[in-house]
Amino acid sequence: MRRLLLVLFIAWLAAPAAGQAAPLSAAEAERALLDLAGEDGDRREAAVKALGGTADPKWLEFLAAFRDGNVFSRVKAGKTEVLVGGAKSTQGDQEVIELKAPYDGSARGSAPLASLKEVAADRRLRVVIKPFLDADETRTQLADPDPGVRRSAAVKLGNQAQPSSAAVIQDALGKESDGWVRHALAEALALVQLASGDAAVRAEAARTLGNLHSTTAMPALRALAADAAAPAAARAVAARAVGQIERWSMLTATVETLFQGASLASILLLMALGLAIVFGLMGVINMAHGELMALGAYATFVVQNWFRAAWPGAFDYYFLVALPVSFVVAGAVGVVLERGVIRRLYGRPLETLLLTWGASLIIQQALRLWFGAANVDVSSPRWLSGGVPVMVNLTLPYNRVFIIGLATAAVAVMYWVLFRTGAGLRIRAVTQNRAMSSCLGVRAGWVDATTFAVGAGLAGVAGCALTQIGNVGPSLGQNYIVDSFMVVVTGGVGKLAGTILAAAGIGGLNKGIEPALGAVFAKVAILVAVILFLQRRPAGLFATRGRNAEA
Amino acid sequence: MRRRELVVVGVVGLLLVVVLPVCNTLPAGSSLYVPDFTLNLFGKFLAYAILALGLDLLWGYAGVLSLGHGVFFGLGAYAMGMHLMLEIGSKSVYQSALPDFMVWNQVKTLPLFWRPFYSDAFTLAAVVLVPAVFALAFGYLAFRSRIRGVYFSIITQALALSAWLVFNRNEMNLGGTNGLADFKTIFGYPLNLAATQRGLYVVTAAVLVLAYLGCRWITRSRAGKVLVAIRDSETRVLFSGYSPARFKLFVFVVSAVLAGVAGALYVPQVGIITPAKIGVLPSIEMVVWVAAGGRGTLVGAVAGAVGVNWMQSWLTTSYPDLWLLFLGGLFMGVVLFFPDGIAGAIKNGAGRLQILTRRAPLAATPTGDARSRDLSRTAHPRPEPASRTPLQ
Repeated sequence: MRRLLLVLFIAWLAAPAAGQAAPLSAAEAERALLDLAGEDGDRREAAVKALGGTADPKWLEFLAAFRDGNVFSRVKAGKTEVLVGGAKSTQGDQEVIELKAPYDGSARGSAPLASLKEVAADRRLRVVIKPFLDADETRTQLADPDPGVRRSAAVKLGNQAQPSSAAVIQDALGKESDGWVRHALAEALALVQLASGDAAVRAEAARTLGNLHSTTAMPALRALAADAAAPAAARAVAARAVGQIERWSMLTATVETLFQGASLASILLLMALGLAIVFGLMGVINMAHGELMALGAYATFVVQNWFRAAWPGAFDYYFLVALPVSFVVAGAVGVVLERGVIRRLYGRPLETLLLTWGASLIIQQALRLWFGAANVDVSSPRWLSGGVPVMVNLTLPYNRVFIIGLATAAVAVMYWVLFRTGAGLRIRAVTQNRAMSSCLGVRAGWVDATTFAVGAGLAGVAGCALTQIGNVGPSLGQNYIVDSFMVVVTGGVGKLAGTILAAAGIGGLNKGIEPALGAVFAKVAILVAVILFLQRRPAGLFATRGRNAEA
Repeated sequence: MRRRELVVVGVVGLLLVVVLPVCNTLPAGSSLYVPDFTLNLFGKFLAYAILALGLDLLWGYAGVLSLGHGVFFGLGAYAMGMHLMLEIGSKSVYQSALPDFMVWNQVKTLPLFWRPFYSDAFTLAAVVLVPAVFALAFGYLAFRSRIRGVYFSIITQALALSAWLVFNRNEMNLGGTNGLADFKTIFGYPLNLAATQRGLYVVTAAVLVLAYLGCRWITRSRAGKVLVAIRDSETRVLFSGYSPARFKLFVFVVSAVLAGVAGALYVPQVGIITPAKIGVLPSIEMVVWVAAGGRGTLVGAVAGAVGVNWMQSWLTTSYPDLWLLFLGGLFMGVVLFFPDGIAGAIKNGAGRLQILTRRAPLAATPTGDARSRDLSRTAHPRPEPASRTPLQ
């Protein structure tokens, strides 16, 4: 903290006066305006600098109008007058424009456009104007109520590393209370100082940047460490800072990989959960599971369009409606599938596999014919875009966090249903022994239908969640389905814990080896790993132990 | 029965191997003339039929459903394709000794694994051996640990997906997404000549007949009986002192070799091989040929492969949108209504007709015919639902 204060003090000493506002007297302003209307390039440039240097929002507004070609001059009673144009209208065959005075904006009547001379800003002047307007924009952004806007403005200032912005940054730093924005501001300030000429200031800035783990500063710090002209002490400080930042990025990379693994595992779990329950209960591998997911995704798309058309104000909440809708849509199709065809084929898993594959082709092609072969656009609600910053240089996207939460919730609900409700009791009974359960009065067919509906509904929810992180198209299901089969096969039937562990293992392993092997060979490696794993446990993690030799 | 089958095979074989190509050489005006295009199309179907025979042996007889046979088809096809690529030599677009796609990908020297494919003999050996060795390794791991039923199907499907992903990669030096194409000659014969294509067709048809006889020989042997026994109850076979894993591995390798040979015959006739032929969807389409034709009957596999592909080439040109709907419907319809496919349905119908006309039960005389009918009846037993441990 003391070091930071010291830095700030030095920065205050070093701060150039350029950013400070210099008010203009009425006479000076008048002269600047007349210069602007004149022909002399140098005097015009000086006038722009004088006006921009005031940092007065009203003058900046005038400069913006000037840049946009909306400033006019006219000679009235031998005196040149500079005016800002307003709304244009047509009267007869003349175009008439409303006029306002510069600065105070008081109305000055209107005049035919033909009687006015445009005061045009050439390229040279526009270049001079831009920094003034930009500085004003960042200043506004730094005062924005949204911390995210303030933070990105600070990051922008740091990237530009203009010496002139030091004062603005310090000003903002004094008022800022949000920790992340303060961090970004301090980083921006140090970056500005690192670009300055004074060796002592640079060394101090390098030390600060090291402490702040600034990856943005890496190229500049490396350059300083290798700069033969710089003092040895400053180079050493820079080298140490580089090491510090490198260690930190390794840490963030590790945390990020873990998070991505958890996120992939959650997606796999959401998909595999429905598959595993149905497989455990009926021995049916549902090849149409991926298409049920696609149905959920398209249901989300339709709900989104309803909201956009009917309640644009409540658009951000469409996703909360889409979640249950996609569950119901996919679940309903699942029931039709189960009651219609699958129930005729119990005890013949290979046939059901082919049957559901056929169903999947039909659903996929139907979606393609109905919605078109191209991907459709599902936009994220505002509360799912952006991310939560957890560490320096590490922001976790909200949509991924949401999916992890959704998967956790789905598992919790499934556990509760299976082990705390009567319906769950019946499901477990039929899973264990279908014939005996039927004898004891459990309606096995009804249990099958509801379980299949729940499994299909979970697929729909998974599809709804996938709209937030990937493309929505007719072949959406195909991209993930083989992976979720692998999860089910690795997890084994009969226990949810197997599915959860397998999803975590496959998701984590995949993301863990992806940086080294690339996405494709990581997938191949996963397949090899699963085959080798099945050498040890042919029926998955938690094999069923029954006395039936065929099991 | 056996004699009758031999006669039928002889007649159909003669028709395919001799009569069709001869009709192709007739003048174009003749009423019996078979156009080059049709003959070529038939050559493709017959290549598929070779693959279907192997798949039927594996699934229909041994009860092992592989959803990854596209991979073995692809291995044979790519082995042949690599040789054909090298035969192009510097007659290619870029006039480099390297295949064109290597020129695009800035590969300067021929990768080491391509070199042996300059040799004709090595290529012919590779067409058989590469799928065989790969199937041996994969099957060994799978069957040794008693991965079976749905588990095996899922694993092979993952294999198809992985192979598809890998063959799509440019750094594998196998042409990436575009695959291998633009072949000019095969063993020195120009591929654009009708005579060469006719020759390829004759070879394909002859190989099909040989493959049929070979498969029939296997199913008639003691090993074939064990295979059927494994399908009906693997555990009982195990308890009887046989090792089901070895039999399954054997039939898996045989079917992989047939798939590889089919791929090698497919490539010169179609002129291109891409990863799209070895993915998940083509692999499962192969299964539906067998299912539609009738598994457990070798004739059914051949009929299914030719029939479904004929249907496909007609539908995809006339009604492209409907093809996938039709394929899905075929899957469901066959599984629900014709579990024994066309062959089973015809046999069933014929049996009923016989009963109606003779008014006597066919099974009265214990002939070979009746025995095989019994077999097909137990082809798809409904096992008792296995008892399981509780969910925990």
